[in-house]
Amino acid sequence: MGLKTFIQGWPVYRQLTGTDPLGRGAAAQSARSAELTARTETADGVARSVCPYCAVGCGQRVFHKDGRVTQIEGDPDSPISRGRLCPKGSASKSLVTSPLRQTKVRYRRPYATEWEDLDLDVALDMIADRILAARDETWEDVDDEGRPLNRTLGISSLGGATLDNEENYLIKKLFTAMGALQIENQARI
Amino acid sequence: MAEAHPVGFQWVMEAKKRGAKVFHVDPRFTRTSALADTYLPIRAGTDIALLGGVVRYILDNELDFREYVLAYTNAATIVSEKFADTEDLDGLFSGYNPETGSYDHASWQYEGQEGNTTVRGTGKERDSASGLEHESHGEPVPAQTRRDETLRHPRCVYQILKRHFARYTPEMVARVCGIPEEKFLELARAWTENSGRERTGALVYSVGWTQHSVGVQYIRTGSIIQTLLGNMGRPGGGILALRGHASIQGSTDIPTLFNLLPGYLPMPHHADHPTFDKWVDSIRHPGQKGFWGNSRAFAASLLKAYWGDAATPENDFGYGWLPRMTGDHGTYQQVLNMIDGKVKGYFLLGQNPAVGSAHGRAQRLGMANLDWLVVRDLFLIESATFWKNSPEIATGEIVPEECRTEVFFLPAASHVEKEGTFTQTQRMLQWREKAVNPPGDARSELWFFYHLGRVLREKLAASTKPRDRALLDLAWDYPTHGAHAEPSAEAVLREINGFDVATGRPLNAFAEAKDDGSTAIGCWIYTGVYADGVNQAARRKSRHEQDWVAAEWGWAWPANRRTLYNRASADPEGRPWSERKKYVWWDPDAGEWTGYDVPDFEKTKPPSYRPPEDASGPAALAGDDPFVMQGDGKAWLYAPSGVLDGPMPTHYEPAESPMRNPLYGQQANPTRKIYEHPINRINPSPPEPHSEVFPYVFTVSRLTEHHTAGGMSRTVPRLAELQPEMFVEVSPELAAEVGLAHLGWAHLISGRAVIEARVLVTDRLTPLRVDGRIIHQVWLPYHFGSEGLVTGDSANDLFGITLDPNVLIQESKVGTCDIRSGRRPTGPALLDLVGDYQRRAGMPPDRKVPIVTTDVLGGENAAGSTDEQTPEAAARDGEDHA
Ligand code: SF4
Repeated sequence: MGLKTFIQGWPVYRQLTGTDPLGRGAAAQSARSAELTARTETADGVARSVCPYCAVGCGQRVFHKDGRVTQIEGDPDSPISRGRLCPKGSASKSLVTSPLRQTKVRYRRPYATEWEDLDLDVALDMIADRILAARDETWEDVDDEGRPLNRTLGISSLGGATLDNEENYLIKKLFTAMGALQIENQARI
Repeated sequence: MAEAHPVGFQWVMEAKKRGAKVFHVDPRFTRTSALADTYLPIRAGTDIALLGGVVRYILDNELDFREYVLAYTNAATIVSEKFADTEDLDGLFSGYNPETGSYDHASWQYEGQEGNTTVRGTGKERDSASGLEHESHGEPVPAQTRRDETLRHPRCVYQILKRHFARYTPEMVARVCGIPEEKFLELARAWTENSGRERTGALVYSVGWTQHSVGVQYIRTGSIIQTLLGNMGRPGGGILALRGHASIQGSTDIPTLFNLLPGYLPMPHHADHPTFDKWVDSIRHPGQKGFWGNSRAFAASLLKAYWGDAATPENDFGYGWLPRMTGDHGTYQQVLNMIDGKVKGYFLLGQNPAVGSAHGRAQRLGMANLDWLVVRDLFLIESATFWKNSPEIATGEIVPEECRTEVFFLPAASHVEKEGTFTQTQRMLQWREKAVNPPGDARSELWFFYHLGRVLREKLAASTKPRDRALLDLAWDYPTHGAHAEPSAEAVLREINGFDVATGRPLNAFAEAKDDGSTAIGCWIYTGVYADGVNQAARRKSRHEQDWVAAEWGWAWPANRRTLYNRASADPEGRPWSERKKYVWWDPDAGEWTGYDVPDFEKTKPPSYRPPEDASGPAALAGDDPFVMQGDGKAWLYAPSGVLDGPMPTHYEPAESPMRNPLYGQQANPTRKIYEHPINRINPSPPEPHSEVFPYVFTVSRLTEHHTAGGMSRTVPRLAELQPEMFVEVSPELAAEVGLAHLGWAHLISGRAVIEARVLVTDRLTPLRVDGRIIHQVWLPYHFGSEGLVTGDSANDLFGITLDPNVLIQESKVGTCDIRSGRRPTGPALLDLVGDYQRRAGMPPDRKVPIVTTDVLGGENAAGSTDEQTPEAAARDGEDHA
């Protein structure tokens, strides 16, 4: 390394002579940071999304590579959030990539003390059977005066408010058609 | 707002930079208070007294925006001479029926219209939460009413309001709320000075406001102020609800709520809605003004979307298949029914009631008494593991080997692993693109419900039972894609938007809805989100490329309108109230309404339009009736019907309070929904004895770093690290009184539970001087539970179950408790401690909570009631409580 290169390597020299007098940008950059590439630059794609926490509805850009989420950032185009995210929105990459997430169906038999494994298809089938049985056991055709009721009070549901509109639509449509009336949501709470 | 909606708060700071004065009212000093111009500490549960004080200040000093008030509100309307106020009846309005704890609304009506209401004091509306329905539909009111434009008539709304709030003086505000008079006057002055022709003021509330036994009336009081000051329908004005979840607005619009169908159509009631025609007429009120006049088309189109080809005009579009309500089927009634063994199966879809709902112990004991439970979530939350890891395991109330509930845990897809729309707090739908596939067995709710429906239909294919027709004839053929056969969210959104049945063409506006079965619409208020066959919610035109209204970002219902009732931003002649506050106005040359937003008015109806006598529906709205969903086109300062606990807000103490109501003999809301169940013991309040057993007021709210029941935050390392432990904030004065050490432990006791927390001694909380005594308040975050990276006791365990009568939302922002130094006992000793408090406070399992606490009724039934309850209604009411 020549003397000149050595001196030019000093951040203070670059700060005094370069375009970054406050030393917050190029002047402060090390060789190592000059070599780094942002995950956002190498992503396969970016999905325009929305923060899943509160109802402000901050815009998110979800960067992904090889089928995995690599970064989530605020969307600077959003007129709501102008690119900002709060601590929760900023942590949403940790949320979706968390190793604590359950990715397998878990099943607890009556009176059991531990979880068991269960195939998703089998679980779906078992749940369908239980719905039909509960419905048959508790079905009410008419009230005391013969007026229609068409319902079961043997089934309840409580949904969160991070469900999509499309999901809520199908939930309400299916439960209504099966006569399940006791369908509730965080919106009541 | 800075704590719980931080990014939204940037706009408050923008306004402050431009000269707005920011006031923050909260029991606890927060980051919002730190950034506000003035902070007002308040005793939890007394907001109506504070806001009522502002109403009085406006009326006494005649500071209302008189032109706006005369033209756009019911201030001049004359009310029935049968009406008696809380001022006359010691905290009750006329028409109260102590047997049912509800009101007959006849005497509340406008003069000459006493027969107008159907609400007859049976409590039925409360049980079916139809207050929520009135909130959007309005009760029937006549288009023509007797008015006094001078506002002098003693029975005009303006004068009634003035008398009603006359005692809400600055001294009374100080006495009830603990807010010093000069701080109150500073607020009242700033609010009124910043309203009127040239200026507008905004009221922003967090939905903790709804979590009170008088929650709806809190918001009503805010509406009265904003209407008197002319702040509704105008830029920079309004009432802004900060809702707490990404799509909680969507969950109300396309409700998964027992009493509603999409687009605020009511779920039918077995007695009131025997036929399609009766059901529809109860929504549209034939002859009534306003846009609900078209509801026959909305209702027919919904049923057409549900049952497709099987829905025909001949079979009333399948109306007969809809399940019928008979009373209260809300989530708290359900939980008590679970404890009583009446419910077989329960679905929890991204919801964690073991931590997030009031009375956690009741929630968990309910879950432990089911045949089966399905939990769909990202993580193993407390509601999935109650049978092996809950406080009741330690006390021996749940024994795994004896707990029969079969539990299915199905992992859910996250927000980046599926596509679809969220509706944020200002009614704006934003479409999310999918980034990656969900891992392992994780699936979207869309997948789960579509395939559940498919399997159910396959299993029933051979059924001939009438009850199965509704499932078999359901329109359920959504296209699917990918290895997991994921249904198309866009196809569902198209159905929600609605389409022409013959051609499949997406509809552009709900005005295209037909009542003959030729249109199908899943949620009429969302019609237009797929206008021109384009997913409008996916629009992402940068804010740099459009004006400040940003109409091309996402899509807001209805009709992409960003400010509701914006016709009111122009004067009766259609001219902007001022150049500064110009928003939507009439362009006489073009012959249409125009402006920055989509006008909330028929585009070519001129301001001078006057309807013919016999008009109804939208055609009956005059050119200067801006409140187009109301039955008279006016904003209501006084609600002759539709709000079940009174035509005007009244200060009542919370269901649990250490204080006697300083304003009336009536202590708490006389119409609140109570549940007398052995598990639901409510702490005594004055005038009952023993309230001193629970001398302190507690309130709960959010931390910036956590989210509701913690399922999406106590599981995230960064957030868990930022707020790692359950704590309770106490003032230095209370710490000294009880002997609590900073960073030490304390336990809190209510009539339901004991929880422990680390102590944070801070002057963010301050003892309040109210009604001649000192009230101490403590604050807790409600995010903690027994699962996740960081754990702690749940604050919601402390609450009992008492609900607002209009919407059946629980009072979970205020309660009473005791606080002691040290950790709580464990195991059965914990139950002994609660039992000890229950004994000392006189709370046997069969205790009746006194509802009427004034002797104004003098043993008579129904003070001022104009109609006796019919035997039929009485019988129906009895059955409703079954
Ligand atoms: S980033 Fe924060 S403020 Fe924005 S939506 Fe998410 S939780 Fe709300």
